[in-house]
Amino acid sequence: MNDLLLILVILTNLRLLASSRLGSCITWAAWQGIVLGVLTISAAWPHPPLQTWVLAVMAASLKGLVFPWLLFRTLRRVQVRREIEPYLGFNLSLGIGLLLLCVAFGLARRLPVPEGLGSAFWMPAAFFSLLAGLLLIVARKTAIMQVIGYLVLENGIFAYGAGAARHAPLVLELGILLDLFVAVFVMGIALFHIARDFDHISVDRLVSLKE
Amino acid sequence: MTSETILYGLVLLPLFGGLAAFALRSDRLRRALLLLVAFGHLALALMALRARPAPVLNGWIALDDAGLLFLLVTSILFAAAAVYAQGYLRSESRPAHRDPEESFLFDNAPEAVFTGCLLLFLGTMTLVEVSRHLGLVWVAVEATTLASAPLIYFHRHHRSLEAVWKYLMICSVGIALALLGLFFLVSVEFAPSLQLDHILRDAARLPAPWLKAAFIFMLVGYGTKMGLAPMHTWLPDAHSEAPSLVSALLSGSLLNCAFLALWRMVQVCTAAGLGDFVRDLLLALGLVSLGMAALFIVQQRDFKRLLAYSSIENMGIMAIGAALGATGAAGAFLHALNHSLIKGALFFVAGSLLALYGTRATDAVRGLSRRAPAVARLWLLGLLAIGGMPPFGAFASKFIVVRSAIVQGHAAVAAAFLLLVFVVFVGLSGVALRMILGPPSEPKSESRAALSPAWIVPPAVLLLLSLVLGVCIPAFLERIIQGAAGITGVWP
Repeated sequence: MNDLLLILVILTNLRLLASSRLGSCITWAAWQGIVLGVLTISAAWPHPPLQTWVLAVMAASLKGLVFPWLLFRTLRRVQVRREIEPYLGFNLSLGIGLLLLCVAFGLARRLPVPEGLGSAFWMPAAFFSLLAGLLLIVARKTAIMQVIGYLVLENGIFAYGAGAARHAPLVLELGILLDLFVAVFVMGIALFHIARDFDHISVDRLVSLKE
Repeated sequence: MTSETILYGLVLLPLFGGLAAFALRSDRLRRALLLLVAFGHLALALMALRARPAPVLNGWIALDDAGLLFLLVTSILFAAAAVYAQGYLRSESRPAHRDPEESFLFDNAPEAVFTGCLLLFLGTMTLVEVSRHLGLVWVAVEATTLASAPLIYFHRHHRSLEAVWKYLMICSVGIALALLGLFFLVSVEFAPSLQLDHILRDAARLPAPWLKAAFIFMLVGYGTKMGLAPMHTWLPDAHSEAPSLVSALLSGSLLNCAFLALWRMVQVCTAAGLGDFVRDLLLALGLVSLGMAALFIVQQRDFKRLLAYSSIENMGIMAIGAALGATGAAGAFLHALNHSLIKGALFFVAGSLLALYGTRATDAVRGLSRRAPAVARLWLLGLLAIGGMPPFGAFASKFIVVRSAIVQGHAAVAAAFLLLVFVVFVGLSGVALRMILGPPSEPKSESRAALSPAWIVPPAVLLLLSLVLGVCIPAFLERIIQGAAGITGVWP
C-alpha cells in the first residue's frame, strides 16, 4: 500500500512537470496533498493513533482543499493567461525530471534506510518531490507556479516526515502546517499585488533589483 | 511576578499588542501602544536577566545564556526602533509619496498593518530566542519570515514588491530544507526528543551519517535566513527596499535569530563528536560570505545596499567564530551583540539620510557635515565602528575571532579574514568620507529642513552602547557570553 502511494507521489510530480495549464497544475498538486493524507494513515497502519488521524485529516484538507481553493481564487482575481510560460520547455522539464528521479534514488542509497520505513520508495519519493519542487520554482515564469513548486517541495518533506518522523509531537506538526498555511496565504496576497502592479504575474518582470 | 509569567509575558505581550494594533483606529493611540509594548518587553527582558526564569512547558520554553543574550539585543533594538518609528511614521503619514529613484507616486500600506506586523515580528523573534526545542525553533523562525514580509512591502511599489517576493520564496524554500534536516534527526532508530537538553544528552548515540545530513540541510536552511553567501541573494534587496527601521530590525535581530537556530545544531554536532565536520563547513561559508561582501562593498553606489552587504560580512565573521571552538564562539556572540547595535544605528541614520536627501545613491549625497552635522557624525562613527575601528566593540570581537583562528592553527583563514576585513574597512570609510566632505549637494526631492530628536537619539544611544562594550564588558555580560559559547550549555 505504501509503495503504491509513494509511486503515486512520484507520478504526480512528473505530471506537474509536464503540465502546461495553471489550473491542472493546481489540481494535480491538490491530488498529491490528498495522497499524502492517506499516506500518513497508511504509514502507521494497522493501528494509527488518534493524533495520526488528526494530522492526516488536517494535512489532506489543507493541501487538498484549502490551498487549491486559495490558488484558484487568486487565479480568478488576477485573470492572468492560463498558460504557464516556461523557461524550460515541457519535454525538457520532463527529461530533467526523469534525471532528477535517478538523482533522488542515488541520494537515497547513500543514507541508511531508517528502521520502521517499510517501503524502499520512501526516501526517493521524498527527495524527488523536493527536487521537482525546486525545478518548478526555477523553470517557470509565473509567480503562481513558484508557489505550487514550493508546495510540491513541502509535500516531499511532509511525505518523508509521515514515514520517518511519526514520533514527532502532534502540536509540532500542527505548528508546521499552520506556518505553511500562513505562508501560502501571504504569498497569495503578494501574488495579487504583483498581478495588479505589473498587470502580469511573470517573474521575469521582477528584474529591477540587481547589482 | 513569578519567573514563569516573565517567559509567557515576553512572547504574549507583543503578540497581543500586535493584534490590538490591527484593531485600533487612531494613529496616535497605535503609536503609543508601540512604545508601550516595546518598553514593556524591554522591562520584561531585564527582569528575566535578573530572575533567570525556570523552564516551562516541559523545557520547550526556557531562557539559556545564548537565548538571553539575543533577547536583550532584540529588546534594546526594538525599543530604539519604536522611538525612531514615532518620527518616521509621522513623516510617512502623507497620502501619496514620490519615489526618489523613479519619480512615480505610490501609497504606503495602512499604518495599522505596519505596526501590527512590527509587533508580531517582535513576538516571533522572541519565541525563537526562548525556544529550547529544535522543532519549536523551526516553527518560530518560519513565523518570523511571514510576520516580516508585510513590513518590507510597506512602500507599495514594484521594487519593494519584487524584494518581498524574493524574500518570501527564497527564505521559505530555505527554511523548508531545514525542516527536512529536522526530520532526519528524528528518523533514526531511537527517535530522540528534539528538546535541546535531551538531544545534547543523546548526541553521542545519534548515527553520524544522519546527523551530518541533518546539519547540512539546516546549514543551508538557516544559513539562507542568516544571509550567508551564496544563499544571501534575498538580503540586499529586502534590506534596501524595506523602511529603514525595519532594515535595522532585520539586520540587527532577525539574522541573530537564524544564527541562534544554527548554533543549536552546531552544539548538537559538537556534542556528538562531529566538530571537525561542522568547523570546515562553517569556515568555508563564512569566508565565502566575507569575500562576496567585500566584492560588492567596494563597488557599491547605494548606501542601504552597502549596509546590507556589510551585514553579510558580519554574519560571515560570526560563522567563522562559531567554527572555532568555545573562544571563537564567544567572539562570535560578542560580535553579534556589537553588530546589532552598530548596524541598527546605521540603518536608522540611513533612514535620516533618505529623509534629508530623498535618494539612496552615495554619489548624490555630498557635504553632509555642513547640511546636518549630527547625522554626519553618527554616519561616520557608525561606518568606522562597523569596519572594526577601536575603541568600538566590533574591534574587540573581530580580534577575538581572528586570534582564535591563529591559536588553532588556521593561519590561512586568519590571513584571508584580515585581508577581507581590511578591504571592507577601506570601502566603508571611503564612502563615509565622500558623503560627508565637500560642498553640500542639492536634495533630489522635497525634504524636511530639520530632523526631530526621534531621528537622532536612538542611533546615538546604540552607538554609545557599542562604545561602552568596546571599552569594558560588564561582568554579568561576560558570564552570559561565556555560557552561550560553552559547548554543553551552562544552566544557571
